Amino acid sequence: MTHSVVGRGASAGPGGRGASASERRETPGTVICRLEQIRRESGVTALVEGEAVAVFRTYDDEVFALSNFDPFGRASVLSRGIVGTLGEDAVPFVASPLLKQRFDLRTGVCLDDPAVAVATYDVSVVDGVVVVGARRETIGS
Amino acid sequence: MSSGAPHLRKQLVVIGHGMVGHRFVQAAIERGLTETYDILVLGEEPRPAYDRVALTSFFDVGAEALSYLPTGEYDDPRVTLRLESEVTGLDREERTVSLADGTTHRFDELVLATGAAPFVPPVPGHDLGNVFVYRTIEDLEAIREASKGARAGAVIGGGLLGLEAANAMHQLGVQTHVVEMAPRLMAVQIDDAGGATLKRHIEELGLSVHTGVMTELIDGDADGNVSAIKFKDEDPIDLDMVIFSAGIRPRDALGRAAGLDIAERGGVLVDEQCRTSDEHVWAIGECAAPGGRMYGLVAPGYTMAEVVVDTLLGGTAGAFTGADMSTKLKLLGVDVASFGDAFGAAEDCLELVFADAVAGIYKKLVVAENATGGYELLGGILVGDASAYGVLRPLVGSGIELPENPEELILPAGRGAGIELGLPDDAQICSCNNVTKAEIVAAVSEGSTTRDGEGCDSPACVTKCTQAGATCGSCKVVVKKIVEDHFASVGKVVDTSLCEHFAMTRQELFDTIAVHGYNRFDDIVAGHGRGRGCDICKPTVASILASLLNHHVLDGANATLQDTNDAYLANLQKNGTYSVVPRIPGGEITPDKLIVIGEVARDYGLYTKITGGQRIDLFGARMEDLPAIWKRLVDAGMESGHAYGKSLRTVKSCVGSTWCRYGVQDSVGMAIQLELRYRGLRSPHKLKGGVSGCARECAEARSKDFGIIATDKGWNLYVCGNGGAIPSHAQLLAGDLDDETLIRYLDRFLMYYIRTADRLQRTSYWMDQIGGLDRIREVVVDDSLGLGSELEAAMDTHVDSYFDEWKATIEDPEKMARFVSFVNAPGTPDPNITFREERGQIQAANNDAPVSLGTTIPVGAPR
Ligand SMILES: Cc1cc2nc3c(=O)[nH]c(=O)nc-3n(C[C@H](O)[C@H](O)[C@H](O)COP(=O)(O)OP(=O)(O)OC[C@H]3O[C@@H](n4cnc5c(N)ncnc54)[C@H](O)[C@@H]3O)c2cc1C
Ligand code: FES
Repeated sequence: MTHSVVGRGASAGPGGRGASASERRETPGTVICRLEQIRRESGVTALVEGEAVAVFRTYDDEVFALSNFDPFGRASVLSRGIVGTLGEDAVPFVASPLLKQRFDLRTGVCLDDPAVAVATYDVSVVDGVVVVGARRETIGS
Repeated sequence: MSSGAPHLRKQLVVIGHGMVGHRFVQAAIERGLTETYDILVLGEEPRPAYDRVALTSFFDVGAEALSYLPTGEYDDPRVTLRLESEVTGLDREERTVSLADGTTHRFDELVLATGAAPFVPPVPGHDLGNVFVYRTIEDLEAIREASKGARAGAVIGGGLLGLEAANAMHQLGVQTHVVEMAPRLMAVQIDDAGGATLKRHIEELGLSVHTGVMTELIDGDADGNVSAIKFKDEDPIDLDMVIFSAGIRPRDALGRAAGLDIAERGGVLVDEQCRTSDEHVWAIGECAAPGGRMYGLVAPGYTMAEVVVDTLLGGTAGAFTGADMSTKLKLLGVDVASFGDAFGAAEDCLELVFADAVAGIYKKLVVAENATGGYELLGGILVGDASAYGVLRPLVGSGIELPENPEELILPAGRGAGIELGLPDDAQICSCNNVTKAEIVAAVSEGSTTRDGEGCDSPACVTKCTQAGATCGSCKVVVKKIVEDHFASVGKVVDTSLCEHFAMTRQELFDTIAVHGYNRFDDIVAGHGRGRGCDICKPTVASILASLLNHHVLDGANATLQDTNDAYLANLQKNGTYSVVPRIPGGEITPDKLIVIGEVARDYGLYTKITGGQRIDLFGARMEDLPAIWKRLVDAGMESGHAYGKSLRTVKSCVGSTWCRYGVQDSVGMAIQLELRYRGLRSPHKLKGGVSGCARECAEARSKDFGIIATDKGWNLYVCGNGGAIPSHAQLLAGDLDDETLIRYLDRFLMYYIRTADRLQRTSYWMDQIGGLDRIREVVVDDSLGLGSELEAAMDTHVDSYFDEWKATIEDPEKMARFVSFVNAPGTPDPNITFREERGQIQAANNDAPVSLGTTIPVGAPR
């Protein structure tokens, strides 16, 4: 059963598109799990409209959703990667567990090869429940 | 036999099986001299050659560990070694040597390698009981015995060896007096001021130093044992033992009696080819006096041995033309170095001195003005801080002009640091291995590659490629400086940081974590790093925490630090599935367990393959099926195994003495014991072991990080080998060990590696970086850092706290929660996972784009 809830992710950090736990806007989406079911700095795999989606929670409780499919390794694994930050701006990223390419959690762009990106999804936390909304853009790789 | 009937072959006799005699035989075998000569070695001591330089470590490691030839036999059947065979006569006419029992041996060529003997001055009482010299293992055995009942003792002689003997006596718990006739210690190497500094250091350790005193008489008690020592102008001292270390004398008696030319100050006189006045007699090592001078160090003796082998092979290139007598050592924990013209003997030279009495530092440089008005270095003395030795020694005799203010070279760092030394390209940087600056720069230059085809980009790698720094290590600082200068000159930044989050090496991070007792990544990165970490530092921290604490890798927040495979306790394969490798310790398995493995593979549709590590790999397991697979194994009395992670993989074995006609030890039993002991051990890189039951080496143990090969007396332990793209053979660390000692050394070795290696540095590279096999032997066998018991205790903690991490996972609902295909649809398998079939089994397949299930699949509600 697909749940429709209110709430749409908006950016908390500069240029980011994550959602902080306190925000609420109107949009339908798929209920994933409770926020605390995702450990800080890790991801889970969710089934969203038939697609495997990786949902991550960062150290400061932002949540992000990316396609789980690693375009380099061509396998559904990104949620199992290590989450951290890079650079002065503390860009949140996940490193693929297969060949270690890093993807910006906010945009899905590969930090090692900006020509490659994975799809991102709207995501929000509503009353402690993580909800993934629409896929944001089609990527051309 | 390769070259004719034995009686037609020429006979070569070597007298003396000490350090140099042994080196001679080794070189003779390696370079093919035994193709034309049969070699007979006659040694007086009851045991084959051993490392006399490391004699003092006998007290810690015993005689076995020092031996160069534990089996008492060379690999080459054309060499015969006879021990306890003192040669008493040399007949040059007949070309024979004779032993005390009257047997004689004919020779075509004779090599004297009889070494030197301690000089015992004819002081009355020198022949009393409990008066010793310090030269052989037997001497040390007797000294140890006497020390048991002794309260006080004296070492007569305050030179290099005397201080070493004093150190030993002190360590044996005897109140120690050092008695030196000269006005200072180490009179040969250092000057008055240096000697005074050294004396203060030694007195602080609780030894008494008496310089400028003449021993008049040694007094004995009723049993004929020493009871006191009397001096010319000082009060007598009551004591129970005495060690003479008043210099050495070449053992040239045989040559003397046979009428060979003898040098004025002793030693068989030889020319540059080490030939004596008889063209068929050669002398090498401490018994020889090339050009009239004897050398009391081993390196010149080794050179002489090589020269004689070369000459006997018909070569003309080899010649002994003198040796570098520079010395650097740590005596009783005090750095002392002396090099070049240490006493300023040259005319018109100048001395530059820096002394800090409080810190106990004395440094002196001897310099001379050159033609252009600059200064060149002639020699120097360093006491208390010899760190500049590596930079200074190559300057001697190089013709290099010193910087404007040469005193900067010896000022303490901070005041004079950072001076530039314009070493010319042909300056010899590593004297042990004769490597020049140009060779070092060439090794790290653009386009150069190591033997594995990668760029050489660090001092450690230069040591590996050029050998510079691989022997005594004293040149390493300079090697590092040259590499850094070179990189700076080409605009390359040398960064030893682990990653952008931690500006330290793995070892520094290890020490930091251990010192602070951290157990959470958050505290570590907040206290010593920046940002929130990455896929490099997080697994590194995870591995360090696992080594230190040995908790479950998926406990609490640590789960998010784990690298790919550790994170799910299995090996991730290319299509997102995992492989499971049940542990089969030592490769031994019962038929019942084998059947269980087969059943699991069949029931879960897994691809099955036998690995090189004597295990069975089961591929294609979906993440959500892993716990159930583990449970089947646990229920059958097995556990899954580490084919993943930086940890012990397997200890491979051959069948050994339990079945094999050739086996001499139970290699399977030992392999099982070791695999069970070290399983789960997290390390900087993967670790592999092997145990072979005899010298045939069927387990290929020498291609492992630790390899054990059975001997008829016990086990030989080899370390730091690896297979893979650039194989290297493990090297012998210690021989003929009993089970207990073997495990003790292995505990120390593995923990030392875990603590000091860089991330992803395999043991062979680590060995080169820390200073070679000798360094490992010092720490592991000689326990020179005194770390032995700490390392063993750390390993005991690991062993005691080992648990089956797969079983612990299936018993913990919190950990189990991560093993689902989808959090919101746990019953739905990931549609992206695909297989194809080949040779009747599944194979992994990949898709070019994500595979969708469509939107109609129902998903579950949140809990
Ligand atoms: C405690 C100690 C510390 C030392 N530290 C250092 C150091 O740090 N660095 C360094 O370079 N050197 C050091 N040395 C010196 C080094 O050990 C010697 O230079 C080296 O052993 C010389 O080798 P050799 O083969 O000439 O003599 P040896 O090793 O003494 O061998 C000579 C052998 O010949 C045997 N022999 C003698 N006469 C006969 C005979 N007639 N018939 C049969 N056999 C005979 C002797 O028994 C002996 O086994 C140290 C020595 C000692 C004792
Ligand atoms: S001088 Fe280079 S290793 Fe000894």
